[in-house]
Amino acid sequence: MNEDRGELNRNLAQMLKGGVIMDVTTPEQAEIAEAAGACAVMALERIPADIRAAGGVSRMSDPAMIRGIQEAVTIPVMAKCRIGHVAEARILEAVEIDYIDESEVLSPADDVYHIDKSAFRVPFVCGARDLGEALRRIGEGASMIRTKGEPGTGDVIQAVRHLRRMQGEIRRVASLREDELYEAAKRLAAPLDLVRYVHANGRLPVVNFAAGGVATPADAALMMELGAEGVFVGSGIFKSGDPAKRASAIVRAVANWRDSKLLAEISENLGEAMVGINADEIETIMEERGR
Amino acid sequence: MKPQVGVLSVQGAFAEHVRAFREAGADPFEVRSTGDLARPLDALVLPGGESTVQGRLLKETGLFGPLAERIAAGLPVFATCAGLILLAERLEGDTTVWFGALPVTVRRNAYGRQLGSFAAKGRVGPDEDVPQTFIRAPSIVSVGNGVEVLSSFEGVPTGVRRRNVTALAWHPELTQDLRVFRRFLESMQVSAKRR
Repeated sequence: MNEDRGELNRNLAQMLKGGVIMDVTTPEQAEIAEAAGACAVMALERIPADIRAAGGVSRMSDPAMIRGIQEAVTIPVMAKCRIGHVAEARILEAVEIDYIDESEVLSPADDVYHIDKSAFRVPFVCGARDLGEALRRIGEGASMIRTKGEPGTGDVIQAVRHLRRMQGEIRRVASLREDELYEAAKRLAAPLDLVRYVHANGRLPVVNFAAGGVATPADAALMMELGAEGVFVGSGIFKSGDPAKRASAIVRAVANWRDSKLLAEISENLGEAMVGINADEIETIMEERGR
Repeated sequence: MKPQVGVLSVQGAFAEHVRAFREAGADPFEVRSTGDLARPLDALVLPGGESTVQGRLLKETGLFGPLAERIAAGLPVFATCAGLILLAERLEGDTTVWFGALPVTVRRNAYGRQLGSFAAKGRVGPDEDVPQTFIRAPSIVSVGNGVEVLSSFEGVPTGVRRRNVTALAWHPELTQDLRVFRRFLESMQVSAKRR
């Protein structure tokens, strides 16, 4: 048996592709999410919209709460630790979480260093706003990337911005001459070997999901249209009028994002979407946490 | 004429199967909705991913009924991980059954959570040292009549074949070794000649 954890951890993200990862705060919500077709759940004490409303410092969830959710479902369970908080990450590894999200949604523990994720056996997903940030996180050992968006707002503009920027930069790197990659690596502040990978393959070396502000099936389809390989939905589901119905509609939108007739059908009568706040009207800008 | 292999593409690692079958000499295409079943279909692939998601989407897209009929009628099927769960007659501790086309009992997440995922090498049918990637993998805890065991890990079956159905608990599509895909395509040609 060989132990190439990095490869195995990137492989798990490959199994999640074309799926929707949903934020849940209780075992009951986890069961609703699984029944609606979530490919994984993110266990956290408060969804981003409530973290935003409550203010104060937000931290890793209670391991007992995470265990409760692990027992409730068969799909992978993820949980968040604060940026740079190595000890929280070790605790999540000890409870055998399937994926750690080193997340800007929680209050950062370190404003300089991210966690050395290559030192862990458990996989990490990290947020990124552009190609350089994504490659820095992958260099530190992240085995999955998600765009940051602006969590807890129900406003997709930042997720769109980040996804377009990342895909645009990937296309640009792919079009360069070999001898221009050194300068590209310098400009992106990213490891040269990873820039070379992007140049050769025209994609990130890991799976890339979209996150932050997705509230409707149309939002989710938009993310897929722009090149995401799957979608995280945080506050959008359990802050809406009919979570089970909206959750399954978003799952179908991600699986069949090219089928507009179907999108029209599943967008009907979903009840109230989360109220939402415009990303430029908020005081706490989570996407700026960690670079 | 290359074999036309439809890869169920509602969720999971379907792109990896499309690549592997293309490299192994088939002509793979994505199956996302019933419209995709209008073209000739020589074999079906059920890829890895999450079985609960795929099972739900199979029903919602209307693909489930037509595919179940074709599998029962002898359409060659190649399944990995979640696909094995969708084919099993029984799941341990769960009353859910999808296609139920393979008389085996499957244990979900048999090796634990992601920390239990591993890579191994072993015999698969006639081939030695085939790299096998297990990602939160299931195992096959019992096999019924007429089921041939193709691969095992620590004495527990992880790959089986019965008539038109081949199912693996692990992921050949995550490795560069194409032998398993070639064997499947060869077995299709043999059974086509017999017909």
